[in-house]
Amino acid sequence: MNGHPENAARFVADAERTHWHDTAVWSVRQKRDRAAWTVPEWEELREAAAGIKAHTLSRLADYLEEFERNATANGIRVHWARDGAEHNAIVHGILERHRVTRVAKSKSMLTEECHLNPYLEARGIEVVDTDLGERIVQLAQEPPSHIVMPAIHRKREEIGELFHRTIGTERGLTDPTRLTEAARLHLREKFLAAQAGLTGVNFALADTGGFVVVTNEGNADMGTSLPPLHIASMGVEKVIPRARDLGIFLRVLARSATGQPVSSYTTHFHGPIRGGELHVVVVDNGRSASLASPAFRRSLSCIRCGACLNTCPVYRRSGGYSYTYLIPGPIGSVLGPQRDARANASLPFASSLCGSCSDVCPVKIDVHHELLALRGALAEHGQVAAGKRLSMWFLGFLLRRPALYELAGRMARLVLRRLPALARLGPGGVWARQRELPPAPAESFREMMRRQP
Amino acid sequence: MTGRDAVLGALRRAAPPAVARPAEPAGVAYPDPVAKFLESVQGVGGMGVRVTDPAGLDAALEGLEAVRAARLVASLIPGLRRANVNLDAVQDPHELEGIDVAVVPGELGVAENGAVWVPGRNLGPHRAVFVVAQHLVLTVPARSIVHNMQEAYGRLTLERPGYGLFISGPSKTADIEQALVIGAHGARSCAVLVVG
Repeated sequence: MNGHPENAARFVADAERTHWHDTAVWSVRQKRDRAAWTVPEWEELREAAAGIKAHTLSRLADYLEEFERNATANGIRVHWARDGAEHNAIVHGILERHRVTRVAKSKSMLTEECHLNPYLEARGIEVVDTDLGERIVQLAQEPPSHIVMPAIHRKREEIGELFHRTIGTERGLTDPTRLTEAARLHLREKFLAAQAGLTGVNFALADTGGFVVVTNEGNADMGTSLPPLHIASMGVEKVIPRARDLGIFLRVLARSATGQPVSSYTTHFHGPIRGGELHVVVVDNGRSASLASPAFRRSLSCIRCGACLNTCPVYRRSGGYSYTYLIPGPIGSVLGPQRDARANASLPFASSLCGSCSDVCPVKIDVHHELLALRGALAEHGQVAAGKRLSMWFLGFLLRRPALYELAGRMARLVLRRLPALARLGPGGVWARQRELPPAPAESFREMMRRQP
Repeated sequence: MTGRDAVLGALRRAAPPAVARPAEPAGVAYPDPVAKFLESVQGVGGMGVRVTDPAGLDAALEGLEAVRAARLVASLIPGLRRANVNLDAVQDPHELEGIDVAVVPGELGVAENGAVWVPGRNLGPHRAVFVVAQHLVLTVPARSIVHNMQEAYGRLTLERPGYGLFISGPSKTADIEQALVIGAHGARSCAVLVVG
């Protein structure tokens, strides 16, 4: 199976597209910076957000029980799922009981994680993703390539062609405004026809028994305000102690995600629509195992803003599809190997460990330290590629022997001065292949120091 | 064992040592929160208008292009001249499709981000009205503008059971090449009238 390096090699083969992707994603990071600078207490807010999450994680079961109790009092039906399969069966069971065959879904990474769409489609239920980016990748039969901007990898010409082919727009349409208008009309029909709305959950509130969903498009509101049935799926880590804590989280979420001061719609659900039903499915699916691990539990604080993707030099230049886990970028490279170490073994290495992800994270997850820790864990379990293992062993051998190290350095300088192309040869030359090496120096730092009086 | 007990049991066994709640930082305050609010509404793609005389609401509505061009106007504020949709007569929210403008009273405005808190009870018999209507007009009392979201949550009361939301500007998307497009699914325009 291909890992990140092989997938990324395919992506970067198109240099122009790589540059375009890099620029598009970086512009979002710059918007985030401008938004953060408008808030004098930004760093204190990050500290508070991280602290509230850490506190919540230390009492997660208690807060979930409190949420369930209060939600039930509000008329919300709470369900529990150990894994994705249970989650899908619960959602399908509710839809089946209501004889639903058409649902409008707003964005939820959890339902992607559980592969809910194919599960429901196989059972005769039409699932329409209603976030524009999600709808684009759904029509293209692709997974999202970014957690906030699912179709960031697609150019407007490609979307125009896709819409022409799938929803019958005129050929050659490339103007984003007109493409969006076409999608609005297409999806408005789907909204009006839907018999149930599915959403994710951004925050579940223990003290009031409600939950919050944020969107810019209004698709979650439309999808849950027309039909009488609403099912919301949430990971266990989504609960926060008090509704008032939203004051902290909402001040950092949208600013970190897109540079907006807040999303257009921040909707608080505290009960079913009049005459309808509201169900919440609480899902574990490996999260309790992450909670048990002191090294990785902080990754459960993630509020899915995507800031670490936008800042990551590797994500920007390799695209979402280079990652083997459904959540790409730095945070996905932490979450993926916790779910399936073997399938995602290359991800912790898809990072320069520059630490920019940790610097922008609104809940202060130590993303790059976790990536480093994962490398260690993978090495211990023999999940590191043979070449990498061998070169690390060799380097370790060399660095423990100063005399040998000095000799090797002298030889390398001698050879590289005469034959610099040698550095690019063989499996060890990967790093130098796309770089211009500086001329090899005449002497080493150590030799230079020895000459000092 | 039920899924519930299994999930809660696993989380209890995995629980890390207790961590205390952190202190909450003070939120930013602006010298003129109403001015900042109007500026923020503009920044999020909406249109902020100050209506100093509450009796001037009808005139202010006439000043909005979306209202002037509208055929069907649904208002949750009673007594407005332009209102011509009787929401109480609507049986099914799907019938709301076709409404050009919805006028909805907000309760609270947030200076830092132009958001307006709309409690579910202000949305009338069908909460879908604010998102199905092609254009949205919100009102908010000038004395109910707070500085930031922390202050907002200190003030507002959540309906339980119920519904409520912050609306900050019109519906928008940047999902096609990061190009900002106003009017994704919900309101194509959002005017906020600050009254008083």
